[in-house]
Amino acid sequence: MAVLEGPPRLHKKRPPSDRQEWGSPATYFIAFVFIALCLGPVVYIILGGFRDNSQITNSPAGFPDPWNFDNYAEVLASRTFWQQVGNSAIAGLATTIGVVVLGLMASFVLARYRFAGRGAMYSLFAAGLMFPMTVAITPLYILVRELGLMNSLAGVILPQIAFGLPVTIIILVPFLKAIPDEIEEAASIDGTSRLGFFFRMVVPLSLPGVVTTGILAFVASWNSYLLPLFILGDQATYTLPLGVQAFASQYSVDTAKVLAFTSLSMIPALIFFTLFERRIVGGLTGAVKG
Amino acid sequence: MTDQQPPRGTVEAGDGAHAASPAAPRPGRRAIDWRKRLEIILLAGPAILVFVSFVIFPVVLAGYYGFFRWKGFGPATDFVGFENYLIILQDSAFHDVLRHNGFILVLSLVIQGPIAIVLALLLNQKIRGRSIIRVLIFVPYIISEVIVGIGWGLMLQTSGSVNGLLDSIGLGAFQKDWLSDPSIAIWSLMVIISWKYIGFAVILFLAGLQSIPDELFEAAAIDGASYWQIQRTITLPLLGPTLRIWAFLSIIGSLQLFDLVFIIWGQYVASTAGTSTMATYMVANGRTSGNFGYGSAVAVVMFLISLVIALIYQRFVLSRDTAGALTEGKK
Repeated sequence: MAVLEGPPRLHKKRPPSDRQEWGSPATYFIAFVFIALCLGPVVYIILGGFRDNSQITNSPAGFPDPWNFDNYAEVLASRTFWQQVGNSAIAGLATTIGVVVLGLMASFVLARYRFAGRGAMYSLFAAGLMFPMTVAITPLYILVRELGLMNSLAGVILPQIAFGLPVTIIILVPFLKAIPDEIEEAASIDGTSRLGFFFRMVVPLSLPGVVTTGILAFVASWNSYLLPLFILGDQATYTLPLGVQAFASQYSVDTAKVLAFTSLSMIPALIFFTLFERRIVGGLTGAVKG
Repeated sequence: MTDQQPPRGTVEAGDGAHAASPAAPRPGRRAIDWRKRLEIILLAGPAILVFVSFVIFPVVLAGYYGFFRWKGFGPATDFVGFENYLIILQDSAFHDVLRHNGFILVLSLVIQGPIAIVLALLLNQKIRGRSIIRVLIFVPYIISEVIVGIGWGLMLQTSGSVNGLLDSIGLGAFQKDWLSDPSIAIWSLMVIISWKYIGFAVILFLAGLQSIPDELFEAAAIDGASYWQIQRTITLPLLGPTLRIWAFLSIIGSLQLFDLVFIIWGQYVASTAGTSTMATYMVANGRTSGNFGYGSAVAVVMFLISLVIALIYQRFVLSRDTAGALTEGKK
């Protein structure tokens, strides 16, 4: 397919200004099939929420007929759902702020200061990348309990900040290193201290990287399951993933409602990502190159 | 912490000279030095404190509790030495989870890698709608494991939509018990894992491809290289660093797999369906059954396995020449 079309296309007339090439139909076909496979299950979840249970039982793979809005309406009217949205939002925002503020400060030190032990400090955080939370979850649970933070969002937020730092620092350090020394010199000639330089120049200049890491931290927190499962035992403190799972086992016979609840809970992360997709991909590129 | 002790494993030649230059004991110089240290402590201190307390310390704690038979309350007093570790190593259920993790690790690389490379190459051509395609293939990665687990769990039930779909297109004979049949369940899991994580690989590879300068392709095309020759001799070797980072993340992810299995198969069914992982074993035998000493020991074993594999991988990768390493390895 593309094998045959590839080479001639490279040789053929290619006006340098023409960026509107269409490419081969085979490419579009494969891309279309792939996207259909990616979105199929998501569409199933969303559409399933618009059906009722007898429709789902009679024809598991069918379309809504007629469309039924009760499931979504019921979920949107329930207090539990909004409480869990609120908990997830608090945990997500606090985690994001913590990760970004602490990460930016540490990255600034790693990128712009020269001192003994800098390499060791970088390795310390980079090593954290190798050990996601799963490995530490049992002792982490014990530690959080000893600190008296069980059943509180703080018990989820603090570890999430800690585990979010490695990625943040590894993405941000190249960004901060890329700020030309001349800017720092100019700032210091103008009488700005290093800390002043940090707040006035570094923070605004590293904004793209900050947004990337912030979104990654938010989405990770929004979706996180294992830590809340260990820490949050009280229904009132449930975040959405725990809530979705509890809902799914509680209403296991009411598939349509489960699907409605599930699709509503994934909307915020999807919106967030769609808005900032370019930033995330850009940040990943920087990290890969750095 | 680490940043205050002056000379310790200094990598930079420059700062060694800077920090350890007592040749100039002028007071101004001193003040600047102290000021700098204070700034470093002020800026990096909080991050190091949080990181050490919630990432490093728990792992150390697990090492300690792993030597005790401990139910999680009061001080641990029932010291049992290496007994927990002996039980883990002799437990056939743990052997099973090791096998499952190994299977998932290898198949994740083998399935996702080639498909993602081909897709990234295709999507890297100048086609319309590339940015919207990029957003859409990333959707499964953004959705939480819980949602993926519940959605796929419902779809793969015996009365679920996959079997329904097969029936309606006349392939009813292929209907299977996708989740409980031990010979199929782990393949179902592989499908779900591939579906969830392949978009990340594609996006990462696309980012890597875009950092390769166009001039290289143009030069090769002028020299008469075919499309696939160009990909094999230029693109793949230059994509090497990206591929290695992805493979590393994929390996670590496979070793830690928990959410999907736990949600779809629950904590007990997973072992009979043949999809249990080290992490589900740890949770089932640690926290759920209240044996925190034992659970900690399992955590230590997981930690060591991840560490050893990570170190071997890094050594293996670092020992290779960056250019051409991948083409050599693939043959």
